[in-house]
This record gives sequence, structure tokens and C-alpha cells, in this order.
Amino acid sequence: MIPSCIRNVAAQSSRRNMASFFFSKKSNYATEASFETKPYRLHKLNHGPSTQVTVTRDDAIELFKKLHTIRRIETAAGNLYKEKIIRGFCHLYSGQEACAVGMKAAMRPQDAVITAYRAHGWTYLMGIEPFGVFAELTGRQGGNAKGKGGSMHMYAKNFYGGNGIVGAQVPLGVGIAFAQKYINNGGVCLALYGDGAANQGQVFEVYNMAKLWDVPCIFVCENNGYGMGTSVERAAASTDYYTRGDYVPGIWIDGMDVLAVREATKFAIEHCTSGKGPIIMETMTYRYSGHSMSDPGTSYRTREEVQEVRQTRDPLTSFKERILNANLVTADEIKTIEGEIRKSVDDAVKAAKNDKEIPLSELTADIYTTCLENEIRNTTPFNPLSHARLGPAVNA
Amino acid sequence: MLTTVVRTVVRRSFSTSKWAAAQQMTVRDALNSALDEEMEKDERVFILGEEVALYDGAYKVSRGLWKKYGDKRVIDTPITEAGFAGIAVGAAMAGLRPVCEFMTFNFSMQAIDHIINSAAKTFYMSAGRVNVPIVFRGPNGAAAGVAAQHSQCFGAWYSHCPGLKVVSPYNSEDAKGLLKAAIRDPDPVVVLENEILYGVQYPMSDEALSKDFVLPIGKAKVERVGNHVTLVAHSKAVEESLEAANELAGKGIEAEVINLRSLRPLDINTIIQSVVKTKHLLTVEQGWPQCGIGAEISARIAESEAFYHLDAPVIRITGVDTPMPYTKSLEIAALPQIKDIVDAVNKVLGVTQ
Repeated sequence: MIPSCIRNVAAQSSRRNMASFFFSKKSNYATEASFETKPYRLHKLNHGPSTQVTVTRDDAIELFKKLHTIRRIETAAGNLYKEKIIRGFCHLYSGQEACAVGMKAAMRPQDAVITAYRAHGWTYLMGIEPFGVFAELTGRQGGNAKGKGGSMHMYAKNFYGGNGIVGAQVPLGVGIAFAQKYINNGGVCLALYGDGAANQGQVFEVYNMAKLWDVPCIFVCENNGYGMGTSVERAAASTDYYTRGDYVPGIWIDGMDVLAVREATKFAIEHCTSGKGPIIMETMTYRYSGHSMSDPGTSYRTREEVQEVRQTRDPLTSFKERILNANLVTADEIKTIEGEIRKSVDDAVKAAKNDKEIPLSELTADIYTTCLENEIRNTTPFNPLSHARLGPAVNA
Repeated sequence: MLTTVVRTVVRRSFSTSKWAAAQQMTVRDALNSALDEEMEKDERVFILGEEVALYDGAYKVSRGLWKKYGDKRVIDTPITEAGFAGIAVGAAMAGLRPVCEFMTFNFSMQAIDHIINSAAKTFYMSAGRVNVPIVFRGPNGAAAGVAAQHSQCFGAWYSHCPGLKVVSPYNSEDAKGLLKAAIRDPDPVVVLENEILYGVQYPMSDEALSKDFVLPIGKAKVERVGNHVTLVAHSKAVEESLEAANELAGKGIEAEVINLRSLRPLDINTIIQSVVKTKHLLTVEQGWPQCGIGAEISARIAESEAFYHLDAPVIRITGVDTPMPYTKSLEIAALPQIKDIVDAVNKVLGVTQ
């Protein structure tokens, strides 16, 4: 978990226009530093999040760890796929890490999230250890959903997936936020979708209802430039996704800057919880891999384009450089962190490879919370199966 | 529209005598009381859908509930089924107990992705973590004079899908008991009401009038006992079956009529027990034949021990395999009539007419 002290930092961010360092008396570290974000673009908002963002040393290290862990997880997942240990679909988040890490850093314990099929990073951020992610990807019993869900279907407290139907998670997210308002727990729900799903009719349907009913939902359009292989210009009459909620206010954010995303998410949470209803965040980002592992990602964009983003806008490299230059961490510390993460991810991969699959009897487990049938039909009628209830059924 | 269906049906002799003194109630009022009682019982229960609040429900099923429970719990939605069905499923995932009304199930096609992919599969996909306690309800089946897009049975469609429970009530007791059970159930339940029957009065026993009355999902009811032939039906087709049985009784043929009540789980054991006794089975439904409820029952019987007890093939009596016409005479011909049932029974039994 990202410590809640992050929230207190905003109050200290009064210093403007320059990186300001506060050195600890006992060491050569800076204890915090401020940075300027790219300007936000605003839609139907009088003012936006602060472009001056401050981060403490502890938070910077935490953010870097999360960014780096997700990158390592996805690299390892790509390799497992190539080894044919991960089957079916596998959509990698590499390049987009700052979006999730920035949002999570601003979320409070009562806030919820639902995302699309690029869900590995979020699952980890919402409290599932890398092993739980990998074992799900390898379809083993230690997986987050015991291997029954796979790449796109992972869950945790306040994390409702992982959804394989493009756009469907957006109404679900509004429904989760609706429930939060109904039970009055003060929470918001972040409903994430890509630039491809942004054209889905149901997204516009729920913009309408969310605004009409002041549902505390943060719509997050992660714009990585391509819906599968179709570039935003070829799919959308307006590529200003932060404005496409019409009457729903919106913010455009540099999604490669984890601090900008964090700052904007805090702003969005404040907006929603002050009774103003929903808000849209468009995080401009980029995916390095293809849409999924079966897509080399080269027929609709150039290798040079990918290289250029990696070299100039990479969310990890840029954040690492920032915190190094601001003296929040030392190169040695970074090296140590990277080594530790590599080892823990490698260990998790190894454990996930060696884990067992669930027994065949679980084929017919947890179809229903209360199963009313005596038996579940098998492939033939001669040897029917029995149903078992094994999961916690959180809403039973 | 609904007003055309407000007709009184005189209870016929197939009603058992204990109903003689029972209170009469329309299916609409039975559904309304089910909603009211469950909302009163559980704060998490709320209704959303088109026209459910100020308009009192397009078919008046939610009449009075907005006045009683207010904006928070009786919510008019815009005409955007995919959106509001998705919101309802999301709210269920987060712990509420939504009752999502479709003005008719024809419009649920706009939202079927959320019923199947979001509601029915999430519990399994999450390895038993996130159950989705939601009710999708509304009028289903052939209506009157509304042509093909507004006149269709979705029983086969929804009962096809594991993860869903599907009920199809016939009379007022069914409607109340099954809807209450559906609302209390921790899994997604599709409640297929019949538009034509909303305004019809049926007897309600004292037990059924109680706030504690629920009917078990997955259990059929033998509406009429008989020894010669079994008729299995759901929803409005139960009525035709009972009337056909009445007619057959006049010729000495005693038909056993089974009201399925639930389509998933399908109470095949009750059917098997009846078939073992009568040795003849016909299914009756208003939906289409291909992959229909009758097709499923026929297959299950063929796969069961009951097959060896049959003296004749299982016969399906279904809606004609065509979209519903507007033309009145054609519309009547598109649905199974009492005569169709009587004739089919005679044929199966080898009785010359």
C-alpha cells in the first residue's frame, strides 16, 4: 500500500516554479522535491489540479517501486507467453504504468476501481502479490482467481476486475460508485477504459446517468493512441477524450508523469466527493507492446515511433531521472531496489510455473452462490458432476 | 398495450376447491406486493428502470412504490438499457440488491451482455469471490397486437446460460413467491413475467398473502393431477394446458399438467415422475421450437430412465417458427391454441377424434 501520508504532502506544495529540495540534517538526501507537470487541459472546469507537484523521498521510493514492479511483471508475463506457459489473451501494460500507479497513490481506502483487460498492474496495486498475478496467468491454483479467470479476470478488495468486454466495465464502475453513494461510505469508483472503448455507446449512456444522478465516478480514459491497431484519429471524430462527456467536466493529463496523474486524481476525488458528480480524466499514454501478445504492434505504427516514446517519455526513466536529479534517492539505492524487485518477480514467476492447477472437481465449483441443482451436467449424461461452493461470495 | 389485458378470467373447474374462499389478486398486484415487502425488509433492495417511479411503472407493477420509498430506492432511468443494466450489475457487485426492470424483455437485448457476461459469469470467473445478487425482471413472451419486435419469449435464451437462475411465473402466487425468492437469492435471477397475465386475477391462499411467503426456485408445481398424459408448460402456456386438460377430461382423458415455474434450474425430476406414471409427454410453450424449453425437456427425457417408460415420442407444442405477425388472425395462429394441445394429445394417445 502507498502510505496515506502522501495526502498530506499536497498541503506543503506552496513552492512554485522550481524544484525545491529540503535536505535532511542527518543525511545528504532531499526529503522532498517539487516538480512542474505539463499543463493540464480542462473541460467545463474553472480551475484544475496544481501543476506544481511535490513528492517526499519516501513516496518517491514507493512510487518508483510500484512503477518498476509493474514493468518487471509485464516483461516476465511477455516471456511466459512466449514460452507458451501463458495461454490465450495477454495484454501488457508496459508504457502505461504511471497511469495506474499515480491513481492508486491518490486513492483512499474506501475508493474502488474497475478496469478493462489490461489488468495485471492494477491487480498488483490493489494488494495482490506478483505471485497471485503470475499464478493466475499460468492458470494455477495460487492464482488470484485460482486460475479460472486468467489474464483479464482478477479481483481484490475494492477491485472489481479485469473485464474482457470492451466498454462493459464502465457502466459497472458507475454502478459501483452508485452503491458507494447509496451506502454513503464516502468512496468513489474509478472506471477505466481505453481510447477504443471511449467510442462505445454504453459509455455515453452512463456519462448521462452518472451526471444526472451525481454519481461519484471518475471516468478514466487511458489514451494510448491505438484501439488495437486503429489509431485514435482513424476511430474517433473527436480525439479530445476529456471533453467527450459533454456536460461532464474533464481533465487532460500527461499520463506518462506519475506525479501529474496522482495530483489530478486527488483533484478528481475531491471533485466527486464534494457532491459535484462525475468527472473524466484522460491520461495520455503509450503502450510499448502490441495490443495483445498476438500483435507484434508494427503494422499500424513504426518501430521508430515506439523507440522515440521509450527514449523521450518513458514513465519509469523519466521519474527515475527526476528523483535522482532532485537527490531524493541515490543511484545505488535505485540499483538496490531494482535488484530486489527483479529477484522477487523472478521468484514469483518460478513459483507460479511450479504451482499446480486446481483439481478437476473445481470445474463445477462456484457457478452459483447457492446452487439449486443436484448435479451439473457433464459432457455426457452418464457421469454428472457435483457443484461445490468454495469462494467467499462477498455479497452473499 | 397493457390495458387490453385487463380482463377477468373466471376460474374454471381445474382450480382445486380449497381456493373457493381464497382472496383474488392480479398478477400485477402480486408482483407489487413482492417488491414492496422485500424493499421493506431489506434496505439494500432498490428498483431501477424506465418509468418505474413517477409513472408507476409502464405496466404499473411498481405502482405506489416511489411514493413510499422515494427517489433513492425507486429510480427512473433514461431509455438506455445497456447503461442502466450495467449500473445495476455494478451496484450488485458492490453489495446492493438491485431489481432491474426492463419495460419488456424484448429491450433486454440491448443489455444482454451485462446479463450474461457481467452478471452470470462473474462469480465463476472470480473463483467464487464476487457474487452478483441482482434481479432482472419485466414482461416477457407474446403480447397482443404489437408485432415481431415486441412479442417474443426469452425463456430459452436466458435459461441457456449457466450462472443465471430463470423463473417464469404463471399465476399470482407464482409471481409473488418467485419474485420474492429471486430478490433474496444471492445469484442473478431473471424473472420472466407475462404481459398478458398482469391483469388477470388468481386466488391467493392465506399463506401466499403472508410476508414470509416464498416459493423455491427450481421446483415445478403439479397444477392438475392426471394419469394418461403429461403436459409440461410455463407461463401463459400453463393456462392453455389447463384448459386443454379440462376439455380432454370431458372425453375421459386425464392429463397431468406441470407448471414449470422455473426454467433454470429445470425441475426434471417432477417431469420424470409424471412421465413414469403417464407414459406420454407433451411440452407446451409460446416460444419458438428450435432449442426451446420443450426441446430441452425432450432431450433430458430421452437421456433419462423415463425414456423407457414412454409409450410414444415426446411432442413439442410451441409457437410457430416465425416472427410474430401483427395481423390478428395470423397472430392467433402463431401461438399454440387449446385445440392444438387437445389434437396433439389425441394423436399421441392414438385416440380417434
